Amino acid sequence: MIPMKNLLKIQLLILFVLGVAGLCTNVMAQQKPSPQFNKMMAESFRSEGIASVDRITQDATQKFCSDPQFVSTVAGAIKAQELQRLNMATISPPSDGSYLGDWKSGEAIAQSGRGGTWTDTANTTNGGGCYNCHEIDKKEISHGNIGPSLWNYGKIRGNSQEILTYTWNRINNSKAYNACSNMPRFGHFKILNEKQIQDLMALLIDPQSPVNQ
Amino acid sequence: MTLARGIFKNILFLLATLIGTHYAIAQSTADDIAKYREMIAEGNPSELYEMAGEELWKKPGGPKNASLEKCDLGMGPGVVDGAAAQLPRYFKDTNRVQDLESRLMTCMERLQGIASQSVIDAKFGVGPKKDMDAIVAYVVTHSKGKKIKVSLANPKEKAMYEMGKRAFYYEAGPFDFSCASCHGSSGKRIRLQDLPNLTTHEGAVAAWGSWPAYRVSSGQFWTMQQRLNDCFRQQRFPFPIYGSDVTIALSMYMAKNANGGIMQTPGLKR
Amino acid sequence: MSDPMRIRAAEKDGLVDVKILMKHDMESGQRKDSSGKLIPAWFINSLNVKAQGKDVFNAHFGPAISKDPFLNFKYKGAKGDKIVVNWVDTKGDKRTDETTAT
Repeated sequence: MIPMKNLLKIQLLILFVLGVAGLCTNVMAQQKPSPQFNKMMAESFRSEGIASVDRITQDATQKFCSDPQFVSTVAGAIKAQELQRLNMATISPPSDGSYLGDWKSGEAIAQSGRGGTWTDTANTTNGGGCYNCHEIDKKEISHGNIGPSLWNYGKIRGNSQEILTYTWNRINNSKAYNACSNMPRFGHFKILNEKQIQDLMALLIDPQSPVNQ
Repeated sequence: MTLARGIFKNILFLLATLIGTHYAIAQSTADDIAKYREMIAEGNPSELYEMAGEELWKKPGGPKNASLEKCDLGMGPGVVDGAAAQLPRYFKDTNRVQDLESRLMTCMERLQGIASQSVIDAKFGVGPKKDMDAIVAYVVTHSKGKKIKVSLANPKEKAMYEMGKRAFYYEAGPFDFSCASCHGSSGKRIRLQDLPNLTTHEGAVAAWGSWPAYRVSSGQFWTMQQRLNDCFRQQRFPFPIYGSDVTIALSMYMAKNANGGIMQTPGLKR
Repeated sequence: MSDPMRIRAAEKDGLVDVKILMKHDMESGQRKDSSGKLIPAWFINSLNVKAQGKDVFNAHFGPAISKDPFLNFKYKGAKGDKIVVNWVDTKGDKRTDETTAT
């Protein structure tokens, strides 16, 4: 019979070994840097129109999410939390304090997929491309399924300050909540301006919006 | 049989019929689409490009006034039958892994004296790229029905595959998109356009086996290079150089994932 | 010069199934280019098919026919029929191609 004191020591030892092994494998699960790959990426692209070759340079979030194997590890989960905090810290509330704009404009912004490509210009009015991935107004049957349905968004959740803030943050920078969200960071990368995001907010939350009928 | 049991059996029967009907309708819609595809397959305008491509292959051209009939696409000089199904592959004479279009540029330069840069610089569907469309259509027609069979035996081929996989997951640009953003999971669609999951065998076969294709919506024949180019455009990436290594690496990734599947090229798309 | 057509004709039970694929931009005259200017109309407006020298199909196409048109019809005929397809477009350009029914 092993004495209680020693049993505890053995248990702690096993936990420690497993922990270290876990961390080791997690660290090894991270993608090794590849100079050959970096060279390929640097040489395979060129600037065209408004799409500068600088776009190939990744920020910390993009770099992290480009390694899905690492993302799915324990160490990856910890890193994800850190990146979510970093993304959240960059979000500003609306400068005029107003969260809701005009839902009619919001619908037009949600429908438009324009902007940002090398065939667009700096003067192109960017759209949100929201219907590419989401169901929003049920009347629009031509919608994608990469993101969840937003039908009855406001009707289900109400329009408390908490919901207003959450939704505002989500549209501005979805990675504040999910580091590897598939949704573009519309505010962070200035894809949409404040007014456009206020209009989208109205589409989702305004009780008059067709989305909440 | 008691009344309750009778009602229960009836409801069960009704439910089974409804479910059965739903599947029957879903299946018949899928069948109808398949029948429609078969029907219009004989009217694939890709054939017009193939006809023009055959002429360009056989007719002397370029400053050297030579045909492409000695072009080696990996199965020996002039062998077109089944060649596209085995690309991309490593070529000893250029010491690199090449896809169909970069290999055709090699042939056009070496045999005909047509500078590759002139093909690279041309806009899609114009001048030397217009000729390329036709020649590609001709070559891939000769792999229709053949099994996709790319090899990773050569270390450069293996490296290309690994780089292609890494490129597939590479997030960048103002939208944070990678190929995986749209093509990394199953059952997804943008608007009403289904997206093949290129990380799986079925998805890779659906994509790699059906491009190049004639796109009815634009009335244009698109090669795989053009398809990749437009993907990057919509991802808000910078411009991928025609025939560059990233395009070959991604092609290698898709082709290897599709190995064993049947080439249905040239395809016909909406 | 206009681009060649692809013609296929297969006989079965006394009917020849003819499939014709034509290469033509078929501009309706209603499309605008990237600068907003109307692209002028230019399309095949008349088509004739003869089998063994006799008319089997005549058509007047309008601006609604789409690019690279595909035409499919059947006529009473036999294997070995010489089929000649001829079209004319709004600019007066023409094209003739032929095949033999299998």
